[in-house]
Amino acid sequence: MEFLLSTAIGLLTAAGVYLALRARTWPVVLGLTMLSYATNLFLFATGRLVLNQPPVISPDVVAYTDPLPQALVLTAIVISFGMTAVIVVMALRSFLESGSDHVDGQDKPVPAENRETTEGRA
Amino acid sequence: MNHWIIAPIVLPAIMAPILLMGARHDMVLARIFSIASTVALLGIALALTAMVSDGTILTYALGNWVAPFGIVLVADRLSVMMLVLTAVLALAVLFFAIDGSDREGRHFHALYQFQLMGINGAFLTGDFFNLFVFFEVLLIASYGLMVHGGGPARVKAGVQYVAINLVGSTLFLISVGMIYSVTGTLNMADLAVKVPHIPAGDQALLQAGALLLLLVFCVKAALIPVHFWLPGTYANAPAAVAALFAIMTKVGAYCVIRLYILAFGADAGAATWLAAPWLLPAALLTLVLGMTGVLAARRLGQLAGFAVIGSMGLLLTSVALFTPIALSAALYYLLHSTLAGAVLFLIADLVARRRPGHEDGLSVAPGFTQLKLLAGSFFIAAIAATGMPPLSGFIGKLLMLDAALDSVHAAVIWTLVLGTSLIAIIGFGRAGSTLFWKSTGEPGSFPEHAQSNSLSLIAIGLLLAGCVALTLFAGPLTTYLDATAEQVFATHQYIEAVLGNTVLPGGLL
Repeated sequence: MEFLLSTAIGLLTAAGVYLALRARTWPVVLGLTMLSYATNLFLFATGRLVLNQPPVISPDVVAYTDPLPQALVLTAIVISFGMTAVIVVMALRSFLESGSDHVDGQDKPVPAENRETTEGRA
Repeated sequence: MNHWIIAPIVLPAIMAPILLMGARHDMVLARIFSIASTVALLGIALALTAMVSDGTILTYALGNWVAPFGIVLVADRLSVMMLVLTAVLALAVLFFAIDGSDREGRHFHALYQFQLMGINGAFLTGDFFNLFVFFEVLLIASYGLMVHGGGPARVKAGVQYVAINLVGSTLFLISVGMIYSVTGTLNMADLAVKVPHIPAGDQALLQAGALLLLLVFCVKAALIPVHFWLPGTYANAPAAVAALFAIMTKVGAYCVIRLYILAFGADAGAATWLAAPWLLPAALLTLVLGMTGVLAARRLGQLAGFAVIGSMGLLLTSVALFTPIALSAALYYLLHSTLAGAVLFLIADLVARRRPGHEDGLSVAPGFTQLKLLAGSFFIAAIAATGMPPLSGFIGKLLMLDAALDSVHAAVIWTLVLGTSLIAIIGFGRAGSTLFWKSTGEPGSFPEHAQSNSLSLIAIGLLLAGCVALTLFAGPLTTYLDATAEQVFATHQYIEAVLGNTVLPGGLL
């Protein structure tokens, strides 16, 4: 269990860091998403890994799981979801305005007529 | 319980949706509401100042949950002073924005209020996961403001800004998780109680978490090695937004001051003064890099960005000494550098609007209207930003150098501060003479959208008047700041105010 979780966090972080350092915006977005998944799992583990225990106090239970990291993860998921949506929109807008999805814009732009626009779509 | 404490967060949080829904088609209405809200924020901040100026620390338990378990807001001298500074800056910048640049894109005023909500929340909260949430509030508003008006260069810089801050948020969460896993608390005061009692086996995890958190705050404060996002972002953002962002770097500085004196300060056991050995070299390098950047900048906006980086380096150099007297000097410089940094961006924008084809590039171009007025403003702003007498920058630097005398690193700090001042003076002098003295001849054509700019000039005047006021009232102000710094270092007052009688010896561990 511990090994599985830590490996998963490690792999997600490594992939996330690698992708976030790429030169195109789409891999960067994917990398940031993976980093946020790794963070969510990590936060979950900070309350220690406990199986089949309730988070809420009840008289006939002796061991509990920590409820706080679960609340933190929930907040983190909501926020990272919103932020991912923002960066996707901004990356798309950046490509449409400059004709290049290179993060520094140091690339030959795609001709304007070959760019698909998002206008007129639902 | 004093409900005024939460007003600086609730007021913009209510105004922003009203602006978004009610006033989205009516710019005049939006401007009136936005100004009214910001004036009210200033009033509230001043009222809070009156409440805390005698040294009381006000706390507000959200939902009436007792401190270590619920989220608390804490208003002491330091946080209320930051609220006043935010409100003053926001009001002046808003005058600049309603002079036309708020029409360039949509929802400027709503985003502006959300931005103020996030900044005020970050200054008030006493819980570091809540601090993360307010960071995200201010960041997501800043993403919107950053690309206000659009354009390829601006959106490109915006994508980079979002990406670096998403990585920053990820690191923030990881460090919060590490600290929580060891201490079992998210409340800053409770953290300060528990850190000294952490066993040696958990110290590595705790200190790694705390230093990762320092890195996150350094991303916000634009310190080496995570400073690189700032010049591109600020130079490409709309001028009003860049000027408001001058307070965002101070949010990072505020968090460093608050957390690393309270929880990892004098009484932190094995983690005593954890931040100091990392912060001081980083701050000094930032100072050198920022001021060298001033000399190397090719555009006035870039120059202002590097001046902000340099001033953050100087500010955090003084903070990194971690003595009350140095902190008091740093706080004075913080007030000054926020106003001086903001006004540089506004002047750069007015210059850029008047030089079609040249924009704010440091090149010789035909003269333009109001050249002498802008040259005069730039001259005053440059005196303030480089720290020459008689303005507030000089007093700030003097106080810092004086405070650094007791430090073992005094020689290094003095050399670098004085050396970089000279570099900055040369940089500003070169920029000013190229832009204003060499640009002679017929006034160039005056672009239409820059016709009415009396409000912009009032905004610049207000900020410069702020610098002058800081100079004139330096005496009473430094007395107040000394008291503020002492309160920050008297951490037991903060802990008692937040936790009251619920403190258990050794914490709940």
